[in-house]
Amino acid sequence: MSTDSPVVIDVRGLVKQFGSLTAVNGVEFDIRRNEIFGFLGPNGAGKTTTVRMLTGVLEPTDGTATIQGHDIRTEALLSRAHLASVPEEANVYLDLSLWQNVMLMGQLYGVPREERRRHGAELLDAMGLLDRKKQKARTLSKGLRQRLLLCTALVTRPEVLFLDEPTSGLDVQSARLIREIVRDLNQNGITIFLTTHNMDEAEQMCSRVAIISQGEIAAIDKPARLRSAMRSSQYVEVEFENGPPEAAALGGLPGVLRVQSDAGRTHLYSEQPGRVAGEVAVFARDRGLGIAHLSTCRPSLEDVFLHFTGELKEEAAR
Amino acid sequence: MSTHVETHSTWQRQAHGMLVIIKKNALLYYLKPPVLIFGILFPVFFFLAFKMGRPIAATNVVPGMIAMALWFTASAVGPLVTPWERQARTYERLISTPLSLSSIILGDIGSGLIFGGCLSIVPIIIGLAFTDAAVTALGLLVLGIVLGALSFATLGVLLAAPPAASPSNIMLLSNLVRLPLLFVSGVFLPIAEMPGWAQWVAPISPLSYAGDLIRAGFGQAPYFPLWLSPVMLIVFTAALIAGAHKFHRRWRAKGL
Repeated sequence: MSTDSPVVIDVRGLVKQFGSLTAVNGVEFDIRRNEIFGFLGPNGAGKTTTVRMLTGVLEPTDGTATIQGHDIRTEALLSRAHLASVPEEANVYLDLSLWQNVMLMGQLYGVPREERRRHGAELLDAMGLLDRKKQKARTLSKGLRQRLLLCTALVTRPEVLFLDEPTSGLDVQSARLIREIVRDLNQNGITIFLTTHNMDEAEQMCSRVAIISQGEIAAIDKPARLRSAMRSSQYVEVEFENGPPEAAALGGLPGVLRVQSDAGRTHLYSEQPGRVAGEVAVFARDRGLGIAHLSTCRPSLEDVFLHFTGELKEEAAR
Repeated sequence: MSTHVETHSTWQRQAHGMLVIIKKNALLYYLKPPVLIFGILFPVFFFLAFKMGRPIAATNVVPGMIAMALWFTASAVGPLVTPWERQARTYERLISTPLSLSSIILGDIGSGLIFGGCLSIVPIIIGLAFTDAAVTALGLLVLGIVLGALSFATLGVLLAAPPAASPSNIMLLSNLVRLPLLFVSGVFLPIAEMPGWAQWVAPISPLSYAGDLIRAGFGQAPYFPLWLSPVMLIVFTAALIAGAHKFHRRWRAKGL
């Protein structure tokens, strides 16, 4: 994905109010073709409301968005023709067979008969479900139902795929398969809008992430850049062979911003973790202390997430 | 020109989508227990409770039996579909497809219309086979069944709009509406023979007009002028569709 790629989703000043509650407040972002865009936020932050506005389930109170150039308010049907969504709580039709589920969704999107039959069979095969195509969907486990949901979304040949917590509650094997499939889809040109609580998943898969908190976008960038923007959250992790020395001594080392100890390991936060690691080594040698473990650590996306969502809460409290 | 083509294609696509909704509903909901209980068992037991042990000529009962069966069957599918889809977590995906709300609502109405229209053949055959009743004006009978099924199915879809914790709540609501209307619509007793207050209430029920047309189809004297019943059924259908639109739009995202 490059910045020259055309914009597929363009969100401008999106607002949603439920009575006196503003669930989404002026959200803005754009997503380019072939991105896997992560949308992160705590429960109640406005993630699902934003997705529901983009997928036509909810009408925005103010602002708008375009999907492939079609306004979600004035050209709702055209904008929805370019997308498919797999909501977190969604389910397949349990009383229909796997094949009927896939064909039904293809028909609702107007996919020609021959194409939906051929593509539907390919998708079921790719998801390991073709042998079960005549079974009722209620006989499937949660992981297999999630695969079937993905088949029903993909048979429509969407240009944009909205996935809401696609691996939540799945076994390791199903979750891994779905992540692999999502990556393949993205490599084949589908733009992915991924809502997730799983920070590792977001970090591994997303080209950019937006963090939403209390209905507002708190940060939006590549995961690596978001991490590097939090230099003060980098730290040196050290474990001494005979237990940690007093925290004040370590806190006095040059470049150390704060000290935190946990289960025998000490975290020395610093904007220059390399320099602090060297200082720790000298400190240990001078005092005759053995070092069992010494490493520098950068902030995880989870740290970034907590940083930005916490920051907004503090602002709101003020 | 291109706009015309696009509009034409959009209409075609929406009409196709509506047919897909009808097919989906037939596959999923026609044999669901609430539809079978409230759509088929209810009218049978009502008929038996009304007829058994009473000295009423069978020929007089047949039009009422058909109207009552149509009332229950055509309005049984609509109240089930949306609440069931909400509970089964399939509704959000359905409304995020490129189908308009109108297509979904019309598809649901079509499901009730077909279900009611087809099942009304059963009491007609029974009536013709086992009584002296005879169809004297087929056009009026067909008009009564088609327009009646259409307005009853639309009522069912309107009743499905409120967000409910479970489909049974909506089925209860639908019976709260359907049962009182049944008793004031001249099904069991001709409207002309009902008490004065009931004669005042009868015109607010679409069943009164459909029953009147069916009765006329069997050669019995209608209560309303013959031109009025089709007009009123069309007015009821239009008003109920407008209401269904308004309330389904208002509550579409509630309870997802």
